[in-house]
Amino acid sequence: MTTLTTRESTEDPAVGVKKSGGFTASAANYIDERTSISGAVKELGRKIFPDHWSFLLGEVALYSFVIILLSGSFLTFFFQASMAEVVYEGSYAPLKGIPMSAAMSSTMDISFDIRGGLLMRQVHHWAALLFVAAIGLHMLRIYFTGAFRKPRELNWVIGFVLFILAMAEGFTGYSLPDDLLSGNGLRIIDGLIKGIPVVGTWVSFLLFGGEFPGTDIVGRLYSLHILLLPAIIVALIAMHLLFVVVHKHTQYPAAGHTNQNVVGYPVLPVYAAKAGGFFFIVFGVVMLIASFFTINPIWNYGPYDPSPVSAGTQPDWYIGFADGAMRLIPTGWEFVWLNHTYSLNILVVLIVVGLFIVTVMIYPFIEAWITGDKREHHVLDRPRNAPTRTAIGAAGVTFYASLWAAASSDIMATHFHLTMEGVIHTLQATTLLGPFLAFLITKRVCLALQKKDREIVLHGYESGRIVRLPGGEFVEVHQPVDEYERWKLVSYSDFKPLMLRPNAQGKIGATEKVRAGLSRWFFEDRITPVTQAELDHAHGDHPAEITDK
Amino acid sequence: MAKDDNGAEHVTAADSPGAQLATSAASTAVVTRDALVNPGFPPHRPRITDLDHKEERKAERAVYTLFYVSIVGSVFAIAAYMAFPIVAEDPGSVRLNNLFIGLGLSLALLAIGIGAVHWGKALMSDHEGVDERHPVRGTEPVRARAVEIFQQANEESGFGRRTLIRNSLIGALVVFPLPAVVLFRGLGPMDQDPVALLNETMWKKGVRLTMDPSGTPIKAADVTLGSSFHVIPEGLAEMGHGRLEEKAKAAVLLIRMDPEDLVEEEDRKSWSYDGIVAYSKICTHVGCPVALYEQHTHHLLCPCHQSQFDVENHCKVIFGPAKRALPQLPIAVDAEGYLIAQSDFTEPVGPSFWERA
Repeated sequence: MTTLTTRESTEDPAVGVKKSGGFTASAANYIDERTSISGAVKELGRKIFPDHWSFLLGEVALYSFVIILLSGSFLTFFFQASMAEVVYEGSYAPLKGIPMSAAMSSTMDISFDIRGGLLMRQVHHWAALLFVAAIGLHMLRIYFTGAFRKPRELNWVIGFVLFILAMAEGFTGYSLPDDLLSGNGLRIIDGLIKGIPVVGTWVSFLLFGGEFPGTDIVGRLYSLHILLLPAIIVALIAMHLLFVVVHKHTQYPAAGHTNQNVVGYPVLPVYAAKAGGFFFIVFGVVMLIASFFTINPIWNYGPYDPSPVSAGTQPDWYIGFADGAMRLIPTGWEFVWLNHTYSLNILVVLIVVGLFIVTVMIYPFIEAWITGDKREHHVLDRPRNAPTRTAIGAAGVTFYASLWAAASSDIMATHFHLTMEGVIHTLQATTLLGPFLAFLITKRVCLALQKKDREIVLHGYESGRIVRLPGGEFVEVHQPVDEYERWKLVSYSDFKPLMLRPNAQGKIGATEKVRAGLSRWFFEDRITPVTQAELDHAHGDHPAEITDK
Repeated sequence: MAKDDNGAEHVTAADSPGAQLATSAASTAVVTRDALVNPGFPPHRPRITDLDHKEERKAERAVYTLFYVSIVGSVFAIAAYMAFPIVAEDPGSVRLNNLFIGLGLSLALLAIGIGAVHWGKALMSDHEGVDERHPVRGTEPVRARAVEIFQQANEESGFGRRTLIRNSLIGALVVFPLPAVVLFRGLGPMDQDPVALLNETMWKKGVRLTMDPSGTPIKAADVTLGSSFHVIPEGLAEMGHGRLEEKAKAAVLLIRMDPEDLVEEEDRKSWSYDGIVAYSKICTHVGCPVALYEQHTHHLLCPCHQSQFDVENHCKVIFGPAKRALPQLPIAVDAEGYLIAQSDFTEPVGPSFWERA
């Protein structure tokens, strides 16, 4: 193991130039004398980043965004964000002579009259799908490894906002071509907004610039899609990454890894080569997908018209959970009271989905409150070592997955020859009961895995070799783990349920009671890390193990 | 559960000398004094490229070959741009253009990426480095200085002392964005009332039912038993301005059924004509077109959220998230035998809204 070495720091730039001469050195000197960039190189050039495949998920998200910016900029040169009616005169024969908006017509031109235009459209769309997916997986990684703990709670919130903004970018972009599918998507949004009490009718009226669909919405979404939302996203990504630099990256438990260090490769050269290369790999894979697989073939759908619709309509995947939630509402959830309509079939969806995502956002603060843990955490948890958190995550994933599956209820019914009602009722059940089941199973599995780890640490792996001792006794030979592997299994934080203690006035507050209840729920069942005494004791118990060494 | 049987001495994080960062006595973290000790880094294992000079040369060759391959890919993409032009009205040419430019670019990108990663993994030093971490919070002197600066600024400005100035400033800052909010009223036309608009459609007494999208009027005699028509009001097809807005409210589905299958309420018996019924096509859930008609069950299905409506029973909801039946358009036949509307819908069509009673 080497320690960090920095050689750039103390040399006088002028001396450096004399020594090495050459263009690179004088160019570097020229820039440094005008920017003092050498300081940044000194600070960041050998900064350590740990290596793990799961750390690449965030990188995929970042790189997808860069790909989206590049391909999107190309598209803006050709796309016309106008709903003015034109007659399509492009190369795609089946739609020739059909009136459509300039938005749809220019999207058709990008697809059928500009060389490489379809490719860029498909790169843009595929990269957008990947962007949201990568953010989602990145969030799951952060959640299940406890990377959101102090000091990273605020960065979790920033990342969460980015996830929401990514979905907003996706939806606004999806709506721009003004084709039949996107128009129906907007129609659903219009219906949703109209269902909001008091302000809904007016919000829809203002958003669409009059009655639905109007002639304003594409232009307005375009402003959001290419100006406002990307600007906020770029600013938040910059903050997100700045925090990564300030906090230094987390690392998985391993021999030599502590809460006070970070172990990995320096930015220059290894990390730069790997991360830079990875950008090109992600870009290349998106390009390959865009070369082979059509996405959003608007020419099959035709221009938006409020009357026709095709069966089996599907939103882009990341909107699925919200669309699915709408499908799961039972019939009749709407009532009129005091001359006003209360659309529970819409409100319940908005409230439940809203509560779900707000819970995701504030989860780090909830857990911090329950544990009362004010320490910084830079070593990640293996998911099994935080059984209740992992189980809550599994419950959340199950809930989301049920809603998401519901967005394809009709496709499932037709493909698997099921009744529509049967699919919906089943998914209603999995949405309500699935999370509880997932919680129980996951928690037990985590505890079992922790017990297994304990067994391995104390008694080693079962080798399968049975040996007969001279005294006639049979014993199984256990293969002990080495100390490096063992450290991975025993180094995790341990908590015990909160003990209720009266405060200075001799009282126990209601919030403390809630906290104690939650704490018990979290930590009642716990497998403590193996201690030195236990290890020594276990080794004393197993003569066969010792003789086998 | 190994909760109590491990015999180790438990202390909370707050009293643990090892946990310098723990500050709160409320923490439920357990720090045991008898924990195993971090064994430190395992010995470094050299790679094959470190041990075998031949392998190192092989990796080097692979990396620069990949970078050359990338150049080939880029050149191929440029060549494909020229060699596979888009020919008007030939979708196949679009496909080839897309495929070959894309393949060239994919090759160019992937070869750079794989080459760089391979370089990093096989040839660059694989000795890991270690950075020390420090608490994220500023050091005590820095924090003290920050507090001092704020206090000084407060004193020099009188922000805390001159409360009238401070409060009036806060007030001004709260109020000044309000005009911007008001400006957004202009997003919608000033001379229209959305509620009134939602209550009316193009249909009125005597308007002929015409085919969507051609606008051809429909004779009752042409509507055969079991058939269904997508219908718009006469005049809509020729409209320029506002056509889609009107269509989004006025679209109708016309169905002829055996009159014996229809279960009609007493006061709506006159709304159908000889088994021909007309219903709004706009879903009462969130407004998708309810365009799928199942002929033998007489059910209408909304493809967006699977609400189902029973045409035999005034299009009442039989499944799905919608609550209200599809509004019925009262129809009749004029002197020439064409289907006409008796009036507008008797209730607002489409999704529910707050002001709807």
